[in-house]
Amino acid sequence: MEQFLLASGTIVAGVFGCVAWFWGSNMALDAVYPARGPRAGRNMRHASAIRPWLFLGPAILLLSAYLVYPVINSAWRSFNDADGARFVGLKNYQWLLADGKFHESLSNNMLWLVTVPALSTLFGLVAAQLTDRIRWGNFAKSMIFMPMAISFVGAGVIWKFIYDFRGEGLEQIGILNAIVVYFGGMPQTWLVTPFWNSFLLMAVLVWIQTGFAMVILSAALRGIPEESIEAAILDGANPWQVFMRIKVPQIWGTIAVVWTTITIVVLKIFDIVFVMTNGEWGTQVLANLMYNWMFRGAPDYGRGSAIAIVIMLLVTPIMIWNIRNARREMR
Amino acid sequence: MATVSLRNLVKAYGKTEVLHAISLDVADGEFVVFVGPSGCGKSTTLRMIAGLEEVSAGEIWIGDRAVNHLEPKDRNIAMVFQNYAIYPHMTVRKNIGFGLRTSKLSKPDRNRRIDEVAAILSMTDYLERKPAQLSGGQRQRVAIGRAMVRDPAVFLFDEPLSNLDAQLRTQMRLEIKKLHQRVGTTVIFVTHDQVEAMTMADRIVIMKDGSIQQVGTPAEVFHQPANIFVAQFIGAPSMNMLPARYAGGQISVAGQSIKATLPLPDGSDLTVGIRPDDLLVSAEPALFAGIVSVLEPLGSETLAHIDIGGRDLIATADGRSPPAVGARVHLAADTANLHFFAPTGEAVR
Repeated sequence: MEQFLLASGTIVAGVFGCVAWFWGSNMALDAVYPARGPRAGRNMRHASAIRPWLFLGPAILLLSAYLVYPVINSAWRSFNDADGARFVGLKNYQWLLADGKFHESLSNNMLWLVTVPALSTLFGLVAAQLTDRIRWGNFAKSMIFMPMAISFVGAGVIWKFIYDFRGEGLEQIGILNAIVVYFGGMPQTWLVTPFWNSFLLMAVLVWIQTGFAMVILSAALRGIPEESIEAAILDGANPWQVFMRIKVPQIWGTIAVVWTTITIVVLKIFDIVFVMTNGEWGTQVLANLMYNWMFRGAPDYGRGSAIAIVIMLLVTPIMIWNIRNARREMR
Repeated sequence: MATVSLRNLVKAYGKTEVLHAISLDVADGEFVVFVGPSGCGKSTTLRMIAGLEEVSAGEIWIGDRAVNHLEPKDRNIAMVFQNYAIYPHMTVRKNIGFGLRTSKLSKPDRNRRIDEVAAILSMTDYLERKPAQLSGGQRQRVAIGRAMVRDPAVFLFDEPLSNLDAQLRTQMRLEIKKLHQRVGTTVIFVTHDQVEAMTMADRIVIMKDGSIQQVGTPAEVFHQPANIFVAQFIGAPSMNMLPARYAGGQISVAGQSIKATLPLPDGSDLTVGIRPDDLLVSAEPALFAGIVSVLEPLGSETLAHIDIGGRDLIATADGRSPPAVGARVHLAADTANLHFFAPTGEAVR
């Protein structure tokens, strides 16, 4: 109850604070530079030069405090030792290049990077096309979209149950092993079997992101002019050819945006790995590795920050490309 | 080349019948235009011939085959759409060649065919361009080229000119007509523009509310309209209509009597139609008289709206010396050019 009140209070205070700021600062500006009297023209010019900064000010300040400052601070820390007391130059990065776990994380991230966006986009595209053609398509769409509403941690817990293993002779409560046993197979310790266990973790993210891809791509598919599809049918194209040669080429831009958006999510992947394996058994990824060094055992802020910077450098170019592409799509 | 024949064609969506047992025979090489107001079923009919809409009842024959259950691609037809429907991601060459992909032609043969078609449409210089770099008229040419390249038995056009500006439309109208004279393929052309219908068609099919009103040459539908709807739909401005009464070999209309023998019972109501072209402003006392309310100069002639005691008639006046607004004028018409319609709307002669 107390938390509820606190949350409500925060929301009310926040909204009213914003209104008060925009309204109040605007009033103050008009009082200082009134749009009348002998200098009305000059006053209005001054006021309209200042006004955008008043309105953008709070956002710029908050972004600086919570985005720009941490980036600079992380970069600085990555050149310092474990407690941030002594400047060590590139030593943390040299350590990274030699560290086995870092190599494992990097190659796992690459594996995620190739697999998850490709599968999510592919499944999303197939789901979008198929659900548009069946009567219960909208229901199917809601079901496929549903996982989007589940947090990564929640999804990790759910799928941990799916992959659950019980010793031989015990009843298998994990559905995957239950199925395997039902068909006469041996129950497997899915999550601790290296290499393939990474793909089992990826399945969780694919499960979540397919809905996102489907919704965006479905909208794009519907935007294709019906006549160009009918023309292709008259030109003798079969449904597969219509899909591959007429529809997909016309939505390449959207496919690229979906792909890169999921790519960015993948590069930052943390929660699923943290909940399901905590990076053990060869499933480590960069974000979880960073968390381990930063906050676990004896924290090493230097090494943790160095990993954080690496992640940022990987995400940035894709981010820029994505924003550019999205802008182009809008035009 | 082929004939097209519709036999009691019906289209229904659920319980709503939108096309009521349409029958029509199109001769080999004929240019037939379907015209009518929007929602009259003309596009639906065309899409059924193309195979894009299912046939609810009746039959469609192309040549000597009933094609009801054939896939669009097996009907040997090609269609040009209103919004061009060209593939935006392909060059003009690929757009035109897309339909040849499934044919058994070798690649050089295929390219030769595309070049031929492009030459006919004067699009040779644009073959490697993308549609976005083309003007509206050029895009429509690509769409026509795509239809031509497969050498179909029947061309279907679904309002292909309505997205073009007036000047280009007139030009493309002529080009399509020339094209038809050159290749001689059967053409079925849908439009809502009666001028397009009149200028292009060998025969016009006028439709309303899912039924055919009249089929005939442009001259026939203009001079001998089958009913009031056709009379008013064809010709611009619309035919003047006046209520009248027929008794004792006389038609009384707007206070005048005209001698006539009509196959109607004595004492019938009827409607008299006069085309504005046939109703001439005259200085001499004539059929009607009235006050000029509005003038619409068209250059060679002037359309004069004349109020004859509460009814507005459109008449034609000389372009050089039109009457003044507010002037009292006489209206002359040759009784041979009058049209008579029974209360049902059907023409009586």
